[in-house]
Parts: sequence; C-alpha cells; structure tokens
Amino acid sequence: MHFSIQNILFLLVAVAGFGLFAWQARKIRANILVGRDRDMSGHVSERLWKTLLVAFGQQKMFKRLTPAFLHLIVYIGFIVINIEVIEILIDGIFGTHRVLGFMGPLYSALTGTNEVLGALVVLAVTAFWWRRNVAGVRRFSGPEMRAWPRLDANVILYIEVALMVALFLMNSSDLKAHQLEGKELAGAFPISQFLTGLLPTNASSLAVLERVGWWAHIVGILLFLNYLPSSKHFHIILAFPNVYFSRLVPQGQFSNVDSITHEVKAMMDPTYQVPAPATNADGSAVAPTPFGAKDVNDLAWTNLLNAYSCTECGRCTSVCPANLTGKLLSPRKIIMDTRDRMEEKYNSPLIFDPALYGKEAKHDPQEQLDKENHTLLRGYVTPEELWACTTCNACVEACPVNINPLESIVEMRRFLVLEESAAPNSLNVMFSNIENNGAPWAFSPSDRFNWADDLYVAEKATTVA
Amino acid sequence: MAELTAKRPVSVPLMADLAARGETPEVLFWVGCAGAFDDRYKRVTRAFVRILEHVGVKYAVLGMEETCTGDPAKRAGNEFLFQMQAMQNITTLNGYGIKTVVTACPHCFNTIKNEYPALGGEYEVIHHSTFLQQLINEGRVKAEGGESFKGRRITFHDSCYLGRANNIYEAPRAVLEVLDADLVEMKRCKTNGLCCGAGGAQMWKEPEPGKKDINIERTEEALATLDGNAEALSNLTGVESTAPGLPAGSNHGGSIIAVGCPFCMTMMADGVKNKEREQDVQVFDLAELIASAEGLNA
Repeated sequence: MHFSIQNILFLLVAVAGFGLFAWQARKIRANILVGRDRDMSGHVSERLWKTLLVAFGQQKMFKRLTPAFLHLIVYIGFIVINIEVIEILIDGIFGTHRVLGFMGPLYSALTGTNEVLGALVVLAVTAFWWRRNVAGVRRFSGPEMRAWPRLDANVILYIEVALMVALFLMNSSDLKAHQLEGKELAGAFPISQFLTGLLPTNASSLAVLERVGWWAHIVGILLFLNYLPSSKHFHIILAFPNVYFSRLVPQGQFSNVDSITHEVKAMMDPTYQVPAPATNADGSAVAPTPFGAKDVNDLAWTNLLNAYSCTECGRCTSVCPANLTGKLLSPRKIIMDTRDRMEEKYNSPLIFDPALYGKEAKHDPQEQLDKENHTLLRGYVTPEELWACTTCNACVEACPVNINPLESIVEMRRFLVLEESAAPNSLNVMFSNIENNGAPWAFSPSDRFNWADDLYVAEKATTVA
Repeated sequence: MAELTAKRPVSVPLMADLAARGETPEVLFWVGCAGAFDDRYKRVTRAFVRILEHVGVKYAVLGMEETCTGDPAKRAGNEFLFQMQAMQNITTLNGYGIKTVVTACPHCFNTIKNEYPALGGEYEVIHHSTFLQQLINEGRVKAEGGESFKGRRITFHDSCYLGRANNIYEAPRAVLEVLDADLVEMKRCKTNGLCCGAGGAQMWKEPEPGKKDINIERTEEALATLDGNAEALSNLTGVESTAPGLPAGSNHGGSIIAVGCPFCMTMMADGVKNKEREQDVQVFDLAELIASAEGLNA
C-alpha cells in the first residue's frame, strides 16, 4: 500500500462525482413526481419477470437484428467493464495497485474479457457512429432531431470510445512497464499486448502514461455519470424502472376516468352518492384537476418517467402510420417534448441550468406568465399532431423499453374535447350522431335491425333419388 | 343419391323474445353499428348469421336495443360520451344476464372485453375469428360444399384492435388455412402490422395533411404482396427490406385481401378502388369466405 496525495485527491473526486450525480438524480425524481399519482401496487412478480425479459434481456431489441447485436455488445461491455471500476475505487482510495490481482486465473479471466469486450465496444460504437452519420439510417433524422439531440448522440459515442482508449492506455503501459522490469503483471491482456509497441520504452514515461490512463478512465466515468441527466443516455438507468412500471393490461385498453364515472352514474341513478371531494390538511377542498392533460403535471408520473427513459432511437416514429405517410405526428417528438417541457417548467438538467451561465432567474411577471402558458399542449404539441393518431399501438409495440406515447396522446385529446370542446368538426358530428342515433353515422336507430330482412341460408339435404 | 340444396328463410332471434320465453342463448351476437348500417358490412353480418344457423348455435341479437359501444368517442377523447354509451349497453346486457358475447368488430370486441369491466360489465367476449376457429376445430365447419378457394392467393390484413391491442394473430390465420388457398404474408404483419388508417376515430374525419393516405400505403403493400412484385414493395417507405424469394403472382380467379374488421374492410376496399384493381382483387371478411366455402349463401 502506497498512500499519497493522489489518494486524497481521488477520494475528493469520487465523492464529488457521486455527490453531484445524487443531487441531479433528486431533481429528476422531483420532475417525475409532479405527475399525477397512479397506483402501482401489486403484480410484483409479473412486473419483475417483464423487467427481466424486456429490460435485462433486451427482448424487444431483437426485432431488428443488426442494432440488437451491436447494442448487446455495448450493454454487456458496460456491465462487465464496470466490475473493474470496483477495483479502481479500491486502488484509488487505499493506494493499492490491481488489488484484485490475488484472484489469479479469475483475475486473468476478468481482465482478458474486459479487453476483448473493450475492443468490441470500440467496433460497435464505430458502427453506431457510421449508421448515424454516414449511412444515414432514416429513423435518426426527423424534425425533432434538432442540433442538441444530434450532438448528444455523437457525444455519447465519443465518450464511450475515450473511456475504452483510457482503459487500453492504462493496461498497455502497465504491461510494458512490468515487461521492462522483467516482472509478471497479474491479469491477461489479449489486446494490450499488441499495443505495447506503440509506447515509449522508458520507465518513467510509462509510469506517467499508466496514471494518465487510470485517471482518465475513472474521471471519465464520473463525468459521463454526471452527463447522463442532461442526455438521452439516461436510459441506461431508467429503462429498468420504466419497464417495471409499464402497463400489464392489453394494449387496447384505455384508462377509465373515474371522476366521469361518478358523474355518469349520478345522471343515470339519482340516488347514487358521488364520493365527497378530497380535502387538504386544512379542510379546504383540493382544486379539481382538469379532464385529460394540458401540461406535463396533468400526465401520470409514469408518462413522465417515459420521457426520461427515451433514448430517441426513433423506432416508434419509424412504424407510425401517420408519420410514414407524411403527417406531422411523431411519437418520439411527443416524448421528447414532454421532457423538454418538464425541464422548462421545473428543474433543468445541469448543463442547461441557466445559473451555470451566470443568468439569474428573472422575476419579470410577463416572462413568468409566458413560461406558464407555454404548456405541453399547444406550446409544444399541436392538435394537428394529436388528431393524426390512429391509436394503432405500433409505437407502443416498437419501443424496446415499453414507453407508451399513446397514453399521453389520448390524455391530451381528452383535454381538447372535454375541457376546450376543440375536436375537429367532423368528430363533433360523429359525437352528436352517437348521442342522437346511438351510432356514429346518421342512420335512424329504427333501421338498426334491417340487415336481417330477407335472409336465407342454404341447406343441404341428402335424399334418395 | 343426390344432394339437394334448399333455401331456408332465417328469422334472426331477438334477445327480448328469448327472454320473454325464459330462454338464454349460448352466445349473444353483438352486431355493431357497421354490421347493422354499413351496406358492405351488412353482408358480413348476414354471412356470420348463416354460419350460426348452419352449425345450430343457439344465439340471439339485441336488434334495436343495441347501441354504439362508445369506442369512437373514447378513442377521440370524449370519455363522457363513451361512459354514457357503455352504461346504457351494460344495463341492457346485464338485464338479460348475458354471459358470452361474440362480435365481428374488433373495436366492439376490445371495448366490451377490456373497458366495460371497470364500469360493471363483465362478459366473456369472443371475436368472430376465434369463434370460427373453434367451430373449425370442433369439425362443425369444414369449408366444404361451396366455392373453392384452392390456389387463390390470399393475404390477411391484421386489424390493430385485434392484433396488437389484444394479441390475436393466429385465429384469423387458422380460419384461412381451412380454405386450402395460397396464403401469403405481408412484410408488415402480426405485431408489425400496419394500420389501415381508420382506427382512433379516423374513420369519421379527413386525414391530416400529408404525402399519402394510410390506406393507400397499406393497399399498395397488400397488392405488391399478392402480385409478388418485389420492386413495388421496396418502394414503400415503411418496408425496410424485402423478403427474398417472394413468389410471383398466380391469380387463379383473382386475389383476396382478407380482413376481420369493418373499418379495415372500408379502407382496404377504398384502396383497391383507388388503385383500379377491383377486377382482380377483392376484399372479404373471414366470415364471408367461410360462408362461401361452406356453401351457405342463398
């Protein structure tokens, strides 16, 4: 053990890195919890099983084999290589060097696997970059893929490559330093053994390079961790709870609005007792919530969790019949808009926080009002987008992490119809047909049974000739 | 021995009459608004009744007591109107003590099966594709003695509210299997099926501005699949790659787009008309195909 100023510095960096992340995660949690409450109790084993298949097992990724294979490499690489982070943390704090080396063959298996996965991750990430920037896979473009989402996607890929480069720099310089001294280095280095030729042959330079690689790897990981809350890459964490809390009922089942059920029951049965409205702690009535959703806080918290779990892959939009035929609707945009609006109205992610740029929060009443009025519905999502939806569930089916854009679309439609009476005129005609004729078309209810007139069925009778 | 075909008039039993006699049906046939009013889909209703009559299932319909399930209102966001309709229907169904409902409309099916229970209406709800599959499995329908579909090319268009909404993909295909026809799958089928464009209350409004109508996109895919036209298929934006070895078209007596939903029927038939292919491509519901194959039309 060689305790030095490096260890104190490391401890400070690690505490700062994890502390900042915890602070950011709390803000995101607060954003998600502005959503309406939804009872998620029960069905634990069913939910865990689904999480195992869809999130851990990446079941829905395998609808598209090429990206599924590439993604699987990066996913496994992420999990396995991060085991080494445990060693880095121990080494960093206690001044040890490759503290897990005592494990012998097991350590060789771990380091060897890490090296192979590291190389595969570099290849997979290069393929991702190629698909996005050169091959121009269609689903990576679209009006909602503005400058930041495009940059974000590439930044993630660059960071991943940089982390792997740091890993190989650390391993290969360590390996070469040991080789020069004629010592054995614990572990197996199937990739780094070919990289030693690129390094200088003097011991002090190698020692510096090893430290540079080591520090770059762990500081890079901490920086990446703190980049996540500002990025679509947050899906690596929230995909798991998002799948866990996704719907268990058939996709065709839309939620029931219980407050309306009470009204309808009271209309049909005058003796029906509508439950008393909820009260605050001081006994005053809780302000009634609107029907449907106008803004993010009218959506359920699970819909808001959806928005933070989205990695903007565009599978939803690429199968949307409305989007395919040139309509404005893009399910991915609905989800991205939801996140943008949460961050405008509530907590901003760190790198977009106005305070970071020396901008004081203004208390100009007009500006406050403008911000208040810039709601998810109309401020971000137009009625034209919402009315183009066929509710076909293709987007829901396509999402690898069970995001449900359809729920949000229907909630906003409910607001348009029930709070603003702002349905397209042709739909208002359909509504009044149902009200007056009991059918969505203008037919007389007395003609409903006419289809049975003059109906015959052919019957075969076998007779003796 | 000679086989004679007799034409028997059918008097469709009304639930009110059965109840008055103190009888209960095995199934209540929920006709739906399209099945009752739409001229094209009335033929499907009649075909399905012929099958019920032929196999001797004890059934009844609500007749003028039936009213819209509220599906289009609910999809459009009008929850209030939906619940008014639902409560009215639930009152009727519960009043008759109905246990089992069969319907040829996936929208009625989905609404009654999934959304009525929260409002007090709990029934076993069966889509007619599943019902026909059961009749075939039991040997009560053999698809013999009528029109032959042997060698004709058929593709099945999945309805969203049957497929993704309720995971029913195999029943309609099992029904078509019995026809001994040349079944071909579209590239976008089953969980990846492309909507006809009518769901979510789109049936009652003009589409938003865009490049193309959804039913045209879907019809083009169906026609390219039936024709074995790989080039036409690859030109569609949503079809990522073409299955190799798509068989070339055969067209013995014309190809068929099979559907199991009244709105899909309208949209696909309009698409075929738009593409001027009515001469060699027809759109049929599963019940119509089975009634024809069984020789029940009179």
